[in-house]
Amino acid sequence: MTYIAKPAVRHPSLRTNDLGLDMRDYEGTISTLCAGCGHDSVTAAVIQAFYELSIPPHRIAKMSGIGCSAKTPAYFVNEAHGFNGVHGRMPALATGANAANKDLYYIGISGDGDSLSIGLGQFCHAIRRNVNMLYVLENNGVYGLTKGQFSASADVGSRSKRGVPNKSEPIDPVALALTLGATFVARGFSGDKQQLLPLLKAGLMHKGFAFIDVISPCVTFNDHVGSTKSYLYTRHHGHELVPVDFVPIRSEISASYEKGSRTSITMHDGSMVRFRKVPEDYDPTDRLSAYEHYRSLQNRGEVVTGLLYLDPGGEDMHDDNATTPTPLAELSHEDLCPGSEQMDALMEEFR
Amino acid sequence: MSDPRLEQADRTNDFAFKIGTVNGTGSASANGLIMQAIFRMGIPCTGKNVFPSNIQGLPTWYEIRVSHEGYSARTPEFDLIVAMNPATYERDIAEVRPGGYLLHDSSWPMAKEFLRDDITFLGVPLGEMCVREFKGARVRILMKNIAYAGALAALLSMDLDVIRGMIQEKFAAKPKLIGSNYKAIELGYDYAMEHFDCPLPIRLETMDATSDHVLMDGNTSAALGCVYAGATVGAWYPITPSTSLMDAFKRFCERFRKDKETGERSFFIAQAEDELAAAGVVIGAGWAGARAFTPTSGPGISLMSEFIGLAYYAEIPAVFVDVQRVGPSTGMPTRTQQGDIAAVAYASHGDTKHIALFPANPEESFHMAVEAFDLAERFQTPVFLVQDLDIGMNDWMIPKLSWDDGFVPDRGKVLGAEELEKIEKFYRYMDVDGDGIPYRSLPGVHPKGAYFTRGSGHTSRGTYTEDADEYTEVMDRLRTKIDSAAGEVPAPAVQMRDGATMSLVTIGSCDGAVREAADLLERQGLPVNFLRVRGFPFDTLVREFLDAHELNFVVEQNRDAQLRRLMVTETEVDPARLHSVLDYGGFPLSAAFVAGEVNEHLGRAPEEMKVRPAAERPEGAVA
Repeated sequence: MTYIAKPAVRHPSLRTNDLGLDMRDYEGTISTLCAGCGHDSVTAAVIQAFYELSIPPHRIAKMSGIGCSAKTPAYFVNEAHGFNGVHGRMPALATGANAANKDLYYIGISGDGDSLSIGLGQFCHAIRRNVNMLYVLENNGVYGLTKGQFSASADVGSRSKRGVPNKSEPIDPVALALTLGATFVARGFSGDKQQLLPLLKAGLMHKGFAFIDVISPCVTFNDHVGSTKSYLYTRHHGHELVPVDFVPIRSEISASYEKGSRTSITMHDGSMVRFRKVPEDYDPTDRLSAYEHYRSLQNRGEVVTGLLYLDPGGEDMHDDNATTPTPLAELSHEDLCPGSEQMDALMEEFR
Repeated sequence: MSDPRLEQADRTNDFAFKIGTVNGTGSASANGLIMQAIFRMGIPCTGKNVFPSNIQGLPTWYEIRVSHEGYSARTPEFDLIVAMNPATYERDIAEVRPGGYLLHDSSWPMAKEFLRDDITFLGVPLGEMCVREFKGARVRILMKNIAYAGALAALLSMDLDVIRGMIQEKFAAKPKLIGSNYKAIELGYDYAMEHFDCPLPIRLETMDATSDHVLMDGNTSAALGCVYAGATVGAWYPITPSTSLMDAFKRFCERFRKDKETGERSFFIAQAEDELAAAGVVIGAGWAGARAFTPTSGPGISLMSEFIGLAYYAEIPAVFVDVQRVGPSTGMPTRTQQGDIAAVAYASHGDTKHIALFPANPEESFHMAVEAFDLAERFQTPVFLVQDLDIGMNDWMIPKLSWDDGFVPDRGKVLGAEELEKIEKFYRYMDVDGDGIPYRSLPGVHPKGAYFTRGSGHTSRGTYTEDADEYTEVMDRLRTKIDSAAGEVPAPAVQMRDGATMSLVTIGSCDGAVREAADLLERQGLPVNFLRVRGFPFDTLVREFLDAHELNFVVEQNRDAQLRRLMVTETEVDPARLHSVLDYGGFPLSAAFVAGEVNEHLGRAPEEMKVRPAAERPEGAVA
């Protein structure tokens, strides 16, 4: 059962956000994932991100496919609409929902099986369409629910729990997202909430397709010696390439007074992403440079993390379509039906 | 069996002809011109495009039937064939009925072995004349098509003013082309007038039977239905024969749904990466409150099946337009069939059953498209509009479509912010009204409306479950819900005749041929009743009708008698009462075939079938 209500106990000292809501208001049901699952840490960061951004819970749409990752939307923001669809097809559902109502905050939670095997095509095409959503890939290199088969993101030589090495080349979602034109590409680690939180917040506020690959070890099937997606491996090989802070629009003024060798990028709504300790020749708005950095560190065997690429342009599929400002689902029939006069005139053209 | 009317002497406004050309040579516009000219002369006519799955270079035919009685079904017997493609001479010549005509390009000699002495060869040196009169290979090829239209105008007595008028309209934006088209028409016309005894016995005569009608294909009308129904999201993956539906939807939306000043568009079309994604986009949009649809064909339905099960179980409205083609697999993608009836009825895995609408012609495609959205939202479930290539891609003569501005869409039980505010707690799948249809909330409207939509086991409260009773409760309600749609889908079309003890039962585009067959059988002394299924689940009328006849001939276009099987399964009618008449080679059905099958099954002797004086066309068809 993944529906277990949490006891509604609130500590009187809980802080509230701009909407007067506290963190408990952004929680979901109790997780039924394995104790220590990386996904639960991602969930905790997601809860905090929504809370800190003061997003009204019911304006959030939580989308997922099938798998352990797909269960997690039940574990955050109870008062948001959730949609747990079919395996690998969350991007299509999110595209359709966004087409109908572009004013909601869309977060899609997927896994490496969901996005890189059965749903690889959908993942790629959601990027191409530039759906305005935050797409989180909880990446553990393994199929958990079916008990430990390699996924398409498993590294060559990575060993299964039984010691069998993987021989197939991995599909790297970050490289894929960079080359397919995702307008926001990042990687986090479920064991590093401090880094993940600003990435999630920036991704939620980004207009267009924001992709975050989160290395999220599977404690049951892929956290042993020989795995390249374990907590230990990730901590030892992790390389935070582009550490960032996210500064929401309302804090902009104070943020602009901060000093130091940083790069700041203003996003479409005026909020800001600040890059800390960025290498001198690294321009996070230049796709080619981002790709080169990413590949060169990867070749050294490092798990590159941080915000790798950001297009602050602020366009999405609705800009391409020139969709009306009112969400399509909110238009009335009178707005949409051409009526009898137009019909009569049209009929004369078919004679 | 030959149609007895062929023996009639006067064939004015009652004949069929076909034009054989090579695809990609521009013949479609010449053929359209001929068809439209006949229509504008006020004479009922239908055109069937028999085309290859190819872009250029393969044989293609255009069949036109002219019927002052208004019969619209295909007839396989041709009084005249225009053979413009030497590669198909042999076949085309063989298909002309005895006493008929063959019009061909006599610029080159016709092979002797093809000659028949029971038909008349009409040779017109079209190629030679066009080479003489026009410059450039492309223009010469195009004008040769217009020239045979000119020859036909003389042979069939078409109104030249009508043709000239149409050329003017067509080339209003390119007036330079008007002269050459006029010239080409005259080349053919003058040659025929000079060399043949024009007009032929098969000829046209102006009538006034089409002024309230239009020529339209069913993909265009279904697309128009989607626009008028208020659909805002369309997703698709191009597939013959449904592609022109989305093309038409886009065209209508660009015209009616785009703000003239700002350019803002109140529609969103997603050309998806495959049919799976197209289904997902539609279901996502339906979940978020938009009216959404996807046009596809059989192979697309197969790919969408997993998503269809999700929409059924999670109760999300979505409209699927299946323009059927010949299957299985790639089959014959440019030929017509009714091979998806069983597939759409139960599409997906597990226990599923779907509402389906079966239009018979483009007029019904329009109205049923509108109705499909109402039913989808009312019953919160996928709804299938099932037409076929013959309806979707061929031009039919249909009454002008009209629209009632008082139309109010049925958006179903959707709770708004105020209603959600008032209720204590919202349960998505609770049968509050006892009609099997729960209340729905849309994302973003109110915190109380939030719930978790899932394809996994869920309770009536909308929560996850693996409990047998909780699962069964929802599944049983779903069955009640879908079964209750039987009385809400369009009622069957019925036509009763005095003295009939047997019936013809059919579906979709077979309508015209089967009604005509009933007329034919009556003239042959066998009155039969008629029923055409228009919706699924079946109305109780269907069972009552089948039970009321000792023998029902179930006429459909697939090999496995899918409609019959569905009737046996769903109505539990005695299968012995249902005899199948099946035609599934890819061509639209003909009345002669149906009547022939009936007579053969009944073992009727020729003297029994002696044609009686033409009966009045029976009235009282319940549409």
